[in-house]
Amino acid sequence: MQKLIDRIRELLADGTVARVLGWRTGDLPYNPEPAYFECEEELQDFVYNGFCGANLSKYMIEASRLEGKTLVCLKPCDTYSFNQLLKEHRVDREKAYIIGVGCKGKLDIEKIKKQGIKGIESISGAEIEEAAESLTIQTIYGEKTCAYKDAMLERCHVCKGKEHQIYDELIGDSSDTTDADRFAQVRRIEAMSPQEKFAFFQNELSKCIRCNACRNVCPACSCRKCVFDSTKFDSSQKANADSFEEKMFHIIRAFHVAGRCTDCGECSRVCPQGIPLHLFNRKFIKDINELYGEYQAGEDITADTPLTHFTFGDAEPSIVGERG
Amino acid sequence: MQRIGVFVCHCGSNIAATVDVKKVVEMALLEPGVVHAEDYQYMCSEAGQAKIAAAIREKHLTGIVVCSCSPRMHETTFRKAAERAGLNPYMVEIANIREHCSWIHKDMEEATKKAVILARAAIAKVNLNTPLKPGESRVTKRALVIGGGIAGIQTALDIADAGYEVDIVEKTPSIGGRMSQLDKTFPTLDCSACILTPKMVEAAAHEKIKIYTYSEVEKVSGFVGDFTVDIRKKARSVDMDKCTGCGVCQEKCPSRKTPSEFNRGLNTRSAIYTPFAQAIPNVPVIDREHCIKFQTGKCGVCAKVCQAGAIDYGQKDEIVTEKYGAIVVATGFDTIKLDNYDEYAYSQSKDVITSLELERIMNAAGPTKGHLERLSDGKAPKEMVFIQCVGSRCSDNRGKSYCSKICCMYTAKHAMLIRDKYPDVNVTVFYIDVRTPGKNFDEFYRRAVEQYGVNYIKGQVGKVAPQPDGRLLVQASDLLDNRQIKMEADMVVLATAIEPNPDVRKIATMLTASIDTNNFLTEAHAKLRPVESPTAGIFLSGVCQGPKDIPETVEQAGAAAVKAIGLLAKDKLLTNPCTAQSDILLCNGCSTCANVCPYGAITYEDKEVNDHGIRETRRVAVVNSALCQGCGACTVACPSGAMDLQGFSNRQIIAEVDAICR
Amino acid sequence: MSIEKNEEFRPKIVAFCCNWCSYAGADLAGSSRLTYPADVKIIRVPCSCRVNPMFILRAFEKGADGVIMCGCHPGDCHYSTGNYYARRRMTLLFSMLDFIGVENGRTRVEWVSAAEGVKFSATMNEFVEKIYSLGKNVRLEDLRCRS
Repeated sequence: MQKLIDRIRELLADGTVARVLGWRTGDLPYNPEPAYFECEEELQDFVYNGFCGANLSKYMIEASRLEGKTLVCLKPCDTYSFNQLLKEHRVDREKAYIIGVGCKGKLDIEKIKKQGIKGIESISGAEIEEAAESLTIQTIYGEKTCAYKDAMLERCHVCKGKEHQIYDELIGDSSDTTDADRFAQVRRIEAMSPQEKFAFFQNELSKCIRCNACRNVCPACSCRKCVFDSTKFDSSQKANADSFEEKMFHIIRAFHVAGRCTDCGECSRVCPQGIPLHLFNRKFIKDINELYGEYQAGEDITADTPLTHFTFGDAEPSIVGERG
Repeated sequence: MQRIGVFVCHCGSNIAATVDVKKVVEMALLEPGVVHAEDYQYMCSEAGQAKIAAAIREKHLTGIVVCSCSPRMHETTFRKAAERAGLNPYMVEIANIREHCSWIHKDMEEATKKAVILARAAIAKVNLNTPLKPGESRVTKRALVIGGGIAGIQTALDIADAGYEVDIVEKTPSIGGRMSQLDKTFPTLDCSACILTPKMVEAAAHEKIKIYTYSEVEKVSGFVGDFTVDIRKKARSVDMDKCTGCGVCQEKCPSRKTPSEFNRGLNTRSAIYTPFAQAIPNVPVIDREHCIKFQTGKCGVCAKVCQAGAIDYGQKDEIVTEKYGAIVVATGFDTIKLDNYDEYAYSQSKDVITSLELERIMNAAGPTKGHLERLSDGKAPKEMVFIQCVGSRCSDNRGKSYCSKICCMYTAKHAMLIRDKYPDVNVTVFYIDVRTPGKNFDEFYRRAVEQYGVNYIKGQVGKVAPQPDGRLLVQASDLLDNRQIKMEADMVVLATAIEPNPDVRKIATMLTASIDTNNFLTEAHAKLRPVESPTAGIFLSGVCQGPKDIPETVEQAGAAAVKAIGLLAKDKLLTNPCTAQSDILLCNGCSTCANVCPYGAITYEDKEVNDHGIRETRRVAVVNSALCQGCGACTVACPSGAMDLQGFSNRQIIAEVDAICR
Repeated sequence: MSIEKNEEFRPKIVAFCCNWCSYAGADLAGSSRLTYPADVKIIRVPCSCRVNPMFILRAFEKGADGVIMCGCHPGDCHYSTGNYYARRRMTLLFSMLDFIGVENGRTRVEWVSAAEGVKFSATMNEFVEKIYSLGKNVRLEDLRCRS
């Protein structure tokens, strides 16, 4: 991290960049938050550790409109999102100075808490310098340990790879964290009966409080104004529109980002209710891969997107029933 | 709030017999915005339209719903009526309670309930309608005719005579088409070439007509009044300007083994060839696939013997791009392949031939110089059998379900001509029905039977078996006498079904013209708009639309020409105002919509916007409404909902969904 | 028709038909007097590519028991390519609906040309029969209400 901070300092000092988009230490040891840094002093709060899961690429939409270049720290998976935004003309490459930062898997505090570790005072082992196998956690109940892997975000177990898709320079090492099948959960649901499927999603979606955290964090949900906030789809009765929106929000949102979602997993990470929202996106990705050929949004910005292209021999919609 | 009037049509008893129209009126009055509702015998009549106009004026209506037949039938009628009464024509919606309701339901209560719901959906939609104004687009005053047979030639001549430029694109080296292959024509028995050739010459000489032979349409873009077409002029390998048409090259060409397309493969032609003597243009082409020079590099005889120096081995395909206001399709037909009809032994015996092959055999310029002889041994036949409906009126999927229409008449013609020229030849015709409607047609057929003694047997042929002595054993059933027939014949002629030229599918796709399951182009209305495609600016001439004989083809060719002229005569066309529009404040400028637009109607501009006080320059989508055809692909692709379709907006369709599901 | 009609249950079925082929096919079914149940209500859209998945979700959420979309045959779209986009969109949407437990039989796409009145009527009969066999669709209305 020191190397990263030194370099950032340098670029800020020589005027290459007007500001830095990174993470700032939060009020708890495990909740660093995205922040702009505009001067040397502010950088004191800069942090980059295992808890810096937040994908900063979406902030570049805003930063692209600001005066001067913005230095942005992007993890390998974040660069897919940045590329996708670039493809959609939502960010300005000229306004970005991308430092590709290394990643050894990001941590999920919920997973730590689920292991019964509460009253956390400090955590060591989350710093990226050391390739720590385990975390040492000081709690009000004494010292606890937890394997790094067991505290990792779900998405890191199915990581797309630790190669940055776009950057100006790279700082820090990465290590492979993939150890699970990306579509295993989707397959498990696909194998359920319609009743079981419905029960599963009804159970999950009933927890939703419509806080819009998923939408706000999602780099694909980059619309200036969300359709759910506009009057374009209203019928004459607003009350009806509300119930429709309430019930269908996640399905519609998933469809809107289908073919554009890079599977960054931010939606599930930020959901305060712990709804596995990424399952919707991954279902679309799985279908797209199976029906129209492997496609990874944000990998190649010149590639044809699945929903704006077609082939004459595409599967008929009846395939859904035929596949069983 | 809209002030909506609802008009429920009885359509005589067509609607009123199954739908309780009074109930529909009563229920409509309960819907939001409805201030007036009435029913009437025939809403489309003058009196009905007057009622609508009166209500619009008296009740100050801002929108109307007509519950009647399909909008495809009378939407325009009612829009015009509304416009005359001072209402924007796009404030009219139709609830289709005839085709989609009264005609398909028997139970009055059920049909009435459905009619009420359909009316409710239309009312919900019209509540959200906004007045629209059509734009204008220009008309290129030139027509394109695809296909240079009698249909294409006649259409081109008629359009050209009206003073408009016409281009004909013909795939083969000469215009003339199927008619040029025929010997005589029914019901007058005049020589086909004698009546066709003058038309070909007239077309070639016409100052308004340009003919592209050995050419194909490669790409079509644009829309009614303003099509842009790429025409591929295939390399002829002969300079059209230098060639004098002397024919020496064809005489000297050493490659002579290619089956002649013109003679239906019954004899061969040289590699450099003109399809037939009266070909227009009278300029040969080199069939590169069979030319020794092109295949091996060693030959060049034609270039040596050509006095004019017209042979050009280096010629390349050329793409010509032209603009047209109207396009007429006249791609004609071919006979079907007989692979599914092995029982007739077409592939086993040279003496089993199709009727079109018989035309060539009877023609003086044909493979036998016009002598009727067996192709197997050159002997004159004594016994001839004609089999009707080979592949036509077929109930299984071996052949075509339709009647090919021309076979009954040309078989009568063949039988008569043979009996006339060779009175010692017995002619037997096996038929299912003899269909001879048409002026002087039945008289013609009766002459064949009564005057020329042609033996007509109602019955189907089950099998044609070649015998060791070379004759053909025909096994058939006589349906009238209810007996089995076995007879020997020297030649068997199959009245082979006709089908649209296989290329028409590709052309229809390029033109976005619709096509039916038999590959015939669909007309805009089966009865009332028979020569127009549903796609604006595309017209249909000849057999590409359905089986036809020559007189009918010429009639339709003229009709298609008149429709094309009607279009070309206009200086400007009003464009459909139901186009896409992007909300500048919602647009992300992401380019997704442009990716799915089939017309290239969407571009991006940096525009100054004022978003609730924030002024900034944004990249936003801009729709060219002259190019936009209103399909709506972009509206769904747009993630932010900025793109919407006028006349079919998100809110309108959702209102319809809600009204139906309520 | 061999539908055992439940007195209580009359399904709500929304059919989106493109103006150029399928709507005309439905008109032809009408003028040929080819019957199909009155449960089907047709909404006219210019092209199958105008059908926003939101419309279909909306219909289900508002109580539709089945939604069918009809368009021109692939290759015959009046706008050249609209139905190809629609095909992908509907395939993915239907797969998603299947994923959340809405029976696949409740959604259908059928390509019906202007000449296929017979097919239109046959398709509607078949589809309605299927919906009768599936019964009332309650799922999407209750998607976010754990019982």
